[in-house]
Amino acid sequence: MINAILVFNNHGKPRLVRFYRHLAEEAQQQILRDTFHMVLRRDEHVCNFLECGSLFGSPDCKLIYRHYATLYFVFCVDSSESELGILDLIQVFVETLDKCFENVCELDLIFHMDKVHYILQEVVIGGMVLETNMNEIVAQAEAQSKLEKAEVSGSVWGLERGAQVWAQGRLGSGYHAGASVLWGGGRRELVALRVSQPAHPQGKAHRVGAPHWGVQGAASMQVLLCCQG
Amino acid sequence: MALKMVKGSIDRMFDKNLQDLVRGIRNHKEDEAKYISQCIDEIKQELKQDNIAVKANAVCKLTYLQMLGYDISWAAFNIIEVMSASKFTFKRIGYLAASQCFHEGTDVIMLTTNQIRKDLSSPNQYDTGVALTGLSCFVTPDLARDLANDIMTLMSHTKPYIRKKAVLIMYKVFLKYPESLRPAFPRLKEKLEDPDPGVQSAAVNVICELARRNPKNYLSLAPLFFKLMTSSTNNWVLIKIIKLFGALTPLEPRLGKKLIEPLTNLIHSTSAMSLLYECVNTVIAVLISLSSGMPNHSASIQLCVQKLRILIEDSDQNLKYLGLLAMSKILKTHPKSVQSHKDLILQCLDDKDESIRLRALDLLYGMVSKKNLMEIVKKLMIHVDKAEGTTYRDELLTKIIDICSQSNYQYITNFEWYISILVELTRLEGTRHGHLIAAQMLDVAIRVKAIRKFAVSQMAMLLDNAHLIASNTQRNGICEVLYAAAWICGEFSEHLEEANQTLEAMLRPKVTTLPGHIQAVYVQNMVKLYASILQQKEQAGEKEAAQEITQLMIERLPQFVQSADLEVQERASCILQLIKYIQKLQVKEVPVAEEVIALFAGELNPVAPKAQKKVPVPEGLDLDAWINEPPSDSESEDEKPKTIFHDEEQRHSKPRHPEMDEEELARRREARKQEQANNPFYIKSSPSPQKRYQDTPGVEHIPVVQIDLSVPLKVPGMPMSDQYVKLEEERRHKQKLEKDKKKKKQKKEKRGKHHRHNSLHTESEEDIAPAHHVDIITEEMPENALPSDEDDKDPNDPYKALDIDLDKPLADSEKLPVQRHRNAEALKTPESEVPPVEKKSKKPKKKEKKHKEKEKDKGKKKEKEKKHKKEKEEKSKDKKKSKKKHHHSEEEMAESVQNGTLDDEPLPPMSSYRLLAENPYIKTTYDIQGNLQNDSQVTVSVIFENKSTSFLKSMELNVLDSLNTKMLRPEGSSVHDGIPVPFQLPPGISNEAQFVFTLQSIVMAQKLKGTLSFIVKNDEGSTHEKLDFKLHFSCASYLITTPCYR
Repeated sequence: MINAILVFNNHGKPRLVRFYRHLAEEAQQQILRDTFHMVLRRDEHVCNFLECGSLFGSPDCKLIYRHYATLYFVFCVDSSESELGILDLIQVFVETLDKCFENVCELDLIFHMDKVHYILQEVVIGGMVLETNMNEIVAQAEAQSKLEKAEVSGSVWGLERGAQVWAQGRLGSGYHAGASVLWGGGRRELVALRVSQPAHPQGKAHRVGAPHWGVQGAASMQVLLCCQG
Repeated sequence: MALKMVKGSIDRMFDKNLQDLVRGIRNHKEDEAKYISQCIDEIKQELKQDNIAVKANAVCKLTYLQMLGYDISWAAFNIIEVMSASKFTFKRIGYLAASQCFHEGTDVIMLTTNQIRKDLSSPNQYDTGVALTGLSCFVTPDLARDLANDIMTLMSHTKPYIRKKAVLIMYKVFLKYPESLRPAFPRLKEKLEDPDPGVQSAAVNVICELARRNPKNYLSLAPLFFKLMTSSTNNWVLIKIIKLFGALTPLEPRLGKKLIEPLTNLIHSTSAMSLLYECVNTVIAVLISLSSGMPNHSASIQLCVQKLRILIEDSDQNLKYLGLLAMSKILKTHPKSVQSHKDLILQCLDDKDESIRLRALDLLYGMVSKKNLMEIVKKLMIHVDKAEGTTYRDELLTKIIDICSQSNYQYITNFEWYISILVELTRLEGTRHGHLIAAQMLDVAIRVKAIRKFAVSQMAMLLDNAHLIASNTQRNGICEVLYAAAWICGEFSEHLEEANQTLEAMLRPKVTTLPGHIQAVYVQNMVKLYASILQQKEQAGEKEAAQEITQLMIERLPQFVQSADLEVQERASCILQLIKYIQKLQVKEVPVAEEVIALFAGELNPVAPKAQKKVPVPEGLDLDAWINEPPSDSESEDEKPKTIFHDEEQRHSKPRHPEMDEEELARRREARKQEQANNPFYIKSSPSPQKRYQDTPGVEHIPVVQIDLSVPLKVPGMPMSDQYVKLEEERRHKQKLEKDKKKKKQKKEKRGKHHRHNSLHTESEEDIAPAHHVDIITEEMPENALPSDEDDKDPNDPYKALDIDLDKPLADSEKLPVQRHRNAEALKTPESEVPPVEKKSKKPKKKEKKHKEKEKDKGKKKEKEKKHKKEKEEKSKDKKKSKKKHHHSEEEMAESVQNGTLDDEPLPPMSSYRLLAENPYIKTTYDIQGNLQNDSQVTVSVIFENKSTSFLKSMELNVLDSLNTKMLRPEGSSVHDGIPVPFQLPPGISNEAQFVFTLQSIVMAQKLKGTLSFIVKNDEGSTHEKLDFKLHFSCASYLITTPCYR
């Protein structure tokens, strides 16, 4: 069984904390700190195993870790896991992250903790190893993020439709408004509005612009529309 | 509609998302806590909104904050809301948060059961996957029971992705709900041969985890695993299987024999180090299990040791570490084959990696023999000198002591050497383990009688040089050895040659800078010294010298009387007075030495730490039974009804010992002595006070060999222990020569005779006899002490519950509970029973009616009789029904199982009693139920369990009311009065009492403080005890359970 998986950087800042046995938050942080201090003391070219004894209360508990650039990946396991096997598993996990994030670096882990968790969930669940084949892990992780994207773009459609209705209301019946979302990652959707005047023979579609909704929101859109009008 | 959506989206745009939160925290390095609390406030606002996207975003941020150590359990309900979102994106966020913060104590977790069940059966495999993953982290016994069947169904899902997850989660379910193991096991076994390698691997994984804890139940799977091992190419699976075999072989040696060949083949063929290492490990396990049966597996041992040597010599530190780890396993059974690699292991002590050094040290611990102990310890001493950093040096120190003292100093042939090693260790600066050295000194000096003289001389030297040891600082741990030194010198002062000088050393002013507890020992032991000097002088007739020494004490003791340490002060002032009195007597020329020394007469014997515990209760002895039936003294007792409490009450009156006359006592004592003398296992109280002035017979038979003290104590320029090593070598050489001579003689005589070898000891080891026959006094143990350490077992091992026989056929009662809709047909058919709930509610009504009838008119007897008849008829019908049903179920098993609702398969009782408070006397658990009749009341049922052997009475429960929740007290009593518990508790009995509370609001969780006061009555009298508790009303506890009908 794997008791815990911890990822932290060279300064002990947590990047991923996953315990497979419930512990109160303070206890988790304490273990994190202890682990960090134990691991930090060690030189580069020493073995990757550490007997932690009292850390989890069970005597056969071991820390198996790897150090990559600025990050430590620490697996806390008991005697039923093969030490070298877990070392390989850490490698697989890191390589998977590398594939999913395309050249993973600490920043990816900092800003996408949730995604890292989702990838980890394809490797280990409930303290037991689920999959060791990297291609399979990547495939499942990508299938799920695709599913998520499909759902998000669904909501983008709603946004487009909404924007269109909103613009139409402002412009009156002489104009025809069309909206499309250019980029919809998270909360900052770039919306492009095209406005055309069907009544005007020369009226062609104008691209209204790409207001940054997050900052000025609806107000800026209005301004842009006025300019065009 | 669309507009509303847009509005939601626009609102969302002004919220922070996870990335913003992270960025914000990074930009507020100075006031991070403040910034985060601000963010949490925002999150709380977001959670109040209707938009699920906003909520999900908030929960996602909370998950991040949880990683930073913030408690997010307050948002548990919102997390459940997000979990039940229809979109995968949000659902995933919710389950992730839940898996990070939910646990068995989360009370809203019971609300998730149906949601999880829905997700598990979702057509989208990723919904199912996410639910399984989440469940693996927060499954509770209730969830496990309710969902076991659903998960079991998923084990045969069409998608391997779901199958493998379901298989793994089953392990968690087994842990929480052991009853599910037997019904699910056949399917789990089936999955070992699943076409998908991932599912197969998962099944192997689960069975390995199960088998590791209770291997004997899984022996029957060995052939299947054997097949897998020879066919599988997946290293991960192979490693698991091989590890599993390692756990199985100790139980079935035949399996081991079969395994050796394929394993050695794997060792030769595989290129994967991880697999090779596990193979070696399992071969070792096999060899250990075989070691008694078959001796000719030396080839396999050689192969293992050889492979391990390659690992240890590898430049990869990981392999080196693992090699040493495996080596230590071989060591236990085949120490000889490891000992030949001593060079390699000693070399590892120089490694820069601490993990490796510690492993090597561990190995050394097992490698020592009488022959090489001195050499190994010498090497370690060199390392001690070289070691950088106190932690490693301390580790070395403890290891040296461990190595030497292991199994009752088994490997020490020369205790003079050991004492000098200990003395050398005192030169270590800044060690924390001074007390360890001190304990060893004391132990050796007490238990090895022959060494006392030498020990005393060394300790005297230590005392003399105390300034060197205690020079640096007060917190220097090494000064603890002075504690031992002072005690040894005092206790065994008869061996001291220059007692005067030692006493002088102990009285130095510098001593007052030592820690208090050491000074106290100093004070106590200088009197012992003083007493023996006094005696010496008196015997020699040197009265003046005796007076001089008394004067010295009187002059110097006041410095201790002024000590700030109470213990020191008390002892010193007491002793000062004593000595002043002695001085008075001395002036009158009264001989006092005899009396003074009598203060310290008698010898202290070591007692084993568990001595008392290990005394078994002899057969036929009932400790609770009366030795003599107590006379029924009072008449009042006769009047009492003979209740079940009769026995307990009797126990409280004092037992009367039969009076025996002196003669009888003496006779018995004599008989007992005789018996003890004939019992070889009885450790006689050593013919104790062996102070010289007491001329006790029986000392002679103790084989104490006088030590030749021609050895110079200090050899200039050379550490002392080395000297002993040399001497020991010479001695051994001589011994060997002598033995060889003897052997030649013996050989002639013994030829043809069977010679028995001890399998563990090498022959050369047997040859080495200890330098002097040291009489190690064993720690005193009571007669018939149990040899085993049964008390070391952990009674609440969670894996114990999984020790289930899996080969028995499955009984119907063991089937997993399946959530079914109440069978509508069952209600219609006449055979089926009326739901028991209804029945219960009917009966009291009838009784009530009857009652009314009696009161109202007695004339309508006929009618009543009719009713009676009716009732009788009904009853008989009922009986018939039940008979029929019984019959029916025998005939058509399958159907009855389907139909069976509540009666066939009662759901496991929801024991919702939670611990209220506990102390050595009493344990209280409680449960809160809503009151069906009165909305504003809840009933708290408290179970009181008497854990002591005393009688508990006058229990009174009081609670500090809050505005919202008040305890309902009898009218007229004030709010500060407690409510008496309406019963008393004899020992070991539990009973339940109910208390009613009134409530204002049910949307508020409450914690009420309270106290339970009671009187403990036992033989010695009665005491008043109190137990504080906190009564926790969660909102869920206000729920009223109502049976549902369709």
